[in-house]
Amino acid sequence: MKFSEQWLREWVNPKLSTQALVSQITMAGLEVDSVEPAAAILSQVVVGQILSAESHPNADKLKVCTVSSGTDSHQVVCGAPNARPGIKVPFALVGAKLDDFKIKKAKLRGVESFGMLCSERELGLSENHEGLMELADDAPVGADINGYLKLDDSIIEVDLTPNRSDCLGIIGLARETGLMNNLDVCTPDMQPVAAVHNDEVAVHLAALDGCPRFVGRVVRDVDLTAKTPLWLTEKLRRSGIRSIDPVVDVTNYIMLELNQPMHAYDLNRLTGDITVRQSTKGEQLTLLNGNQTTLAAGTLLITDASGPIGMAGIMGGASTAVQSDTRDIYLEAAFFAPIAIAGRARAYSMHTDAAHRFERGVDYQGQVRAMERASQLLLLIAGGRPGPLIDTVNEADLPQAVEVRLRAARVARVLGMDINDADIENILKRLEFEFSLDPNGEDRAWLVQSPSHRFDINIEADLIEEISRIIGYEALPVTQPVATLSMLEATETQSSGKRLKQRLIDRGYSEAISYSFVDSDLQQRLLPEATAVALKNPLSSEMSVMRTTLVGGLLKALVHNQNRQQTNVRLFEIGLVFHQHDQSALSFDTIAQQERLAMVLSGQRFPEGWANSSDSVDFFDLKGDLEALLGETGLTFEACEISGLQVGQSARILKDNVPLGQIGLLEASVAAQFDLRAPAYVAEIDLSLALGQHVPSVQEVSKYPGVRRDIAILIARSVTATSVRSVIEMSAGDTLLHLKLFDVYMGKGIDPNQKSVGLGLTFQHPSRTLTDEEINTAMAEVVQALESQLQAQLR
Amino acid sequence: MSDLDALRLEALTAVASATELSEIEALRVQYLGKKGAITSQLKTLGQLPEAERPGAGARINQVKTEVDAAINARWQSQTAIAEAAKVQASAIDVTLPGRGLQRGALHPVSLVLERIEQFFHSVGFESVVGPEIEDDYHNFEALNLPAHHPARAMHDTFYLTDSLLLRTHTSPVQVRTMESQKPPFRIICPGKTYRVDPPDPSHLPMFHQVEGLMVDEHCSFADLKGMITEFLRVFFERDDLKVRFRPSYFPFTEPSAEVDVQCVHCSGTGHCRVCSSTGWLEVMGSGMVHPRVLEMSGIDSEKYLGFAFGMGPERLAMLRYGVSDMRHFVENDLRFLEQFQ
Repeated sequence: MKFSEQWLREWVNPKLSTQALVSQITMAGLEVDSVEPAAAILSQVVVGQILSAESHPNADKLKVCTVSSGTDSHQVVCGAPNARPGIKVPFALVGAKLDDFKIKKAKLRGVESFGMLCSERELGLSENHEGLMELADDAPVGADINGYLKLDDSIIEVDLTPNRSDCLGIIGLARETGLMNNLDVCTPDMQPVAAVHNDEVAVHLAALDGCPRFVGRVVRDVDLTAKTPLWLTEKLRRSGIRSIDPVVDVTNYIMLELNQPMHAYDLNRLTGDITVRQSTKGEQLTLLNGNQTTLAAGTLLITDASGPIGMAGIMGGASTAVQSDTRDIYLEAAFFAPIAIAGRARAYSMHTDAAHRFERGVDYQGQVRAMERASQLLLLIAGGRPGPLIDTVNEADLPQAVEVRLRAARVARVLGMDINDADIENILKRLEFEFSLDPNGEDRAWLVQSPSHRFDINIEADLIEEISRIIGYEALPVTQPVATLSMLEATETQSSGKRLKQRLIDRGYSEAISYSFVDSDLQQRLLPEATAVALKNPLSSEMSVMRTTLVGGLLKALVHNQNRQQTNVRLFEIGLVFHQHDQSALSFDTIAQQERLAMVLSGQRFPEGWANSSDSVDFFDLKGDLEALLGETGLTFEACEISGLQVGQSARILKDNVPLGQIGLLEASVAAQFDLRAPAYVAEIDLSLALGQHVPSVQEVSKYPGVRRDIAILIARSVTATSVRSVIEMSAGDTLLHLKLFDVYMGKGIDPNQKSVGLGLTFQHPSRTLTDEEINTAMAEVVQALESQLQAQLR
Repeated sequence: MSDLDALRLEALTAVASATELSEIEALRVQYLGKKGAITSQLKTLGQLPEAERPGAGARINQVKTEVDAAINARWQSQTAIAEAAKVQASAIDVTLPGRGLQRGALHPVSLVLERIEQFFHSVGFESVVGPEIEDDYHNFEALNLPAHHPARAMHDTFYLTDSLLLRTHTSPVQVRTMESQKPPFRIICPGKTYRVDPPDPSHLPMFHQVEGLMVDEHCSFADLKGMITEFLRVFFERDDLKVRFRPSYFPFTEPSAEVDVQCVHCSGTGHCRVCSSTGWLEVMGSGMVHPRVLEMSGIDSEKYLGFAFGMGPERLAMLRYGVSDMRHFVENDLRFLEQFQ
């Protein structure tokens, strides 16, 4: 809501600077978003009068005017079509400043010009630049334009929360300002307008829940060509509303001033009585803005004998709209209940000032007042003959003020400060709440009723909020909560995500955060078997489905970096992935939301440097990182074909035989889809499983020396390290302490189908020194098992 | 006996000029070895008269000791020189960069989240997380935001179906906690949240929130003010940071307050792009839990009171670390991230 500070001050004028007023409004809970000057900053611009206007000797379109500035006459060359003797216009003298533009003496086509006559646009009042701005006949020549047009004003914009619909009009803002400053509000004269004829339109309320009150009046012989006075259009302009014609201007003015949206119909385009009712599905209505709408059921309508003529409280219809030839009008000021309007405009993809107010709640006692004020203004501006004001109302269906019990003890408990009775009662009074002591005898309690302009007071907490707001939050005490101590759980069988992140960072990975919604096609390429959940209203096709894997986001990040000369990339991300289990029914229970960790690795193993090798990363870098991260105990990797990953360089990861995730080299075709320039290794694991850890159970460390024996064997290339390890562990006996696989060689000097593997076995006994003989026996068992089970040859 | 004196002089001179350790060792053999020149002098003692023998022997031994000491001293000094030369030869340029990996960096949003969690854990708040795809009930209804409530317009929501959505705040986690546990409780709920806002310098369609909730028998607005003020001072590491509570509206709290801090950029002196010269920065929403919200989750609102608060880690990260554009948080540019090492 944007409004003119002067307008507010006409209603209530506290002795506060603009800045102090704005800060007070903000601290009352009506947050001020911006404060702007109402016009361009002008100096030496006065009310001027054109005394004569002669044709320019050298230019058809220019005129040479003599202009009075009150004390002197000035020759001014002017190109405006409406420049003519007699009119009063804003006159910028030589030396005047219009914002940053300075007026100087000039020569136009050979004729000297001293100053400039201004349009509205030149004063920063509107976009109108068709001609000079014509001032009223009684404008005092020579007066400073700022003072005359009341331009020394600020436009204040408040960002109102949905509960404070009462402040969507000057009346409410004035009430709040008066309340904060203990000042009375001066309400403008709203005396009833006497009817001069008895014409009326009958109104039937057929949807009482939605419309319990409908105030109407016929006004005949309105002059739509009349010009709305500047004081009114300026107020509209400062609230961001353009002047259209007297009828529209007046209804808009009432909406801004009294917070009551109104509507005007062309009386002669109405057919029969007006009925307010709910729509039935499929009804048609062409709105004022030209949109043809097919209505859903449950839309509150204004109808006449011809059918729907307006969407109640949202927008009028085209068929009964006031037009340039309209003479007789019918004015409406109704109360439409929030429940009947809420969400409807949105459902039709509309947002109107009227709907904004009705869905939040307008004063249900304000319609008659608004109608009288509107009639008065309309008559003043455009003439016309008013008929009687007809208030069609069903009192029983108007909102009823709720009686709320307020206890001083509860106020003290919620706010942490006792407030004395007199202060509470004074605040209630200032808020225009009616109250009485609770007759049920409870100590220090009141029964409170809120006024009809407040829709947000239904329970005790609402009143406590009002009391705290009026006292001022700053005046409330500051204490530290007191509570019973209790320890937080900290399990050792589940490591913390924080620790995991720290380990990743120590191994060179930086943390990424990517969108949870991704490009459907790209994700499909990466993980074709997963069913993604789609958004109904995505921002774009690149953000259309929920991610089923974190890898897509990391690859995007990798490309982003590769394209910016950052080629050595190690990134990880922790976040949820979303899978739909059940294709048929999408519900909360059929969507799995699982927390995962993903990593991507690309480029060189080490940063470029004199001491670092320039090798590229490979599978084992990433695997090593995972082993360091998760601990090697129980961790196994199984070669496996995985979609998106290259066959032969991809594996399933298991912990204690439970599948945890996967690792591998991104398949070249997928990499191309993502525009990757270098090989990328990726891994993704289930985080909750990954965080599981064993509580250590210590093995005694032997005091006796370990003995190491190294062997090299030739085996088929297809034999895995895991199978070599398991054969050795099965055959070496209990004294095998550990096994190191220290070398793998393929190539020159060896059968191309075979590889040479170097193995270091360390034996140790917990309570004595092992003999050579024992070790030899164990080694012989190992070699024999390798030969028989893996067709290994000792080298 | 002038032979001995001459020999002494010759030996000492030779030792003094010897530089190589091998040379010194050779001199030892030459003069003091079994067949050395000085050692040999002892053999001449037999030719002397009985009475002169002790004196001559003593003199020879004296010379022998003197030369031996000279040789040892020379040996030691030359060894030291040799060692020093060796050390010097192995000197390195210690200013060359070290070997191996560079450390990675925690995302600034995580950094802020971790700090927030740390502060609240220290006063007994537990972190609780929940689903990001939520149902309408937990995201809206249970928080006193029924269908068509105008405040829903403040939550531009991504929908999956008519009743399934991406949570617009982490408050549903509080609802789930209140439903499943008995008060008192103190929890914070960090996590991702979503709203239909195209990315621009101050908006992202996905961002983070930390919401906190304390429900207890004694728990007042004054306590809320105290806790939030202390948190902000700890977070910004400024004991005198001004904190302001301003009336506002949230459907799930009452009274509700926006929390502003004194501008951390201009300290409230004005002419500042960060606070638009207002001197204040809005950093949090807060309030006393609406009695209806407590009741809907089965908590007796007469017995228990609660306060709740919510903040945006992105916003706090921007203020704390001077990040100017929210989109940096999702670009994952290493040149940005690595500044948080």
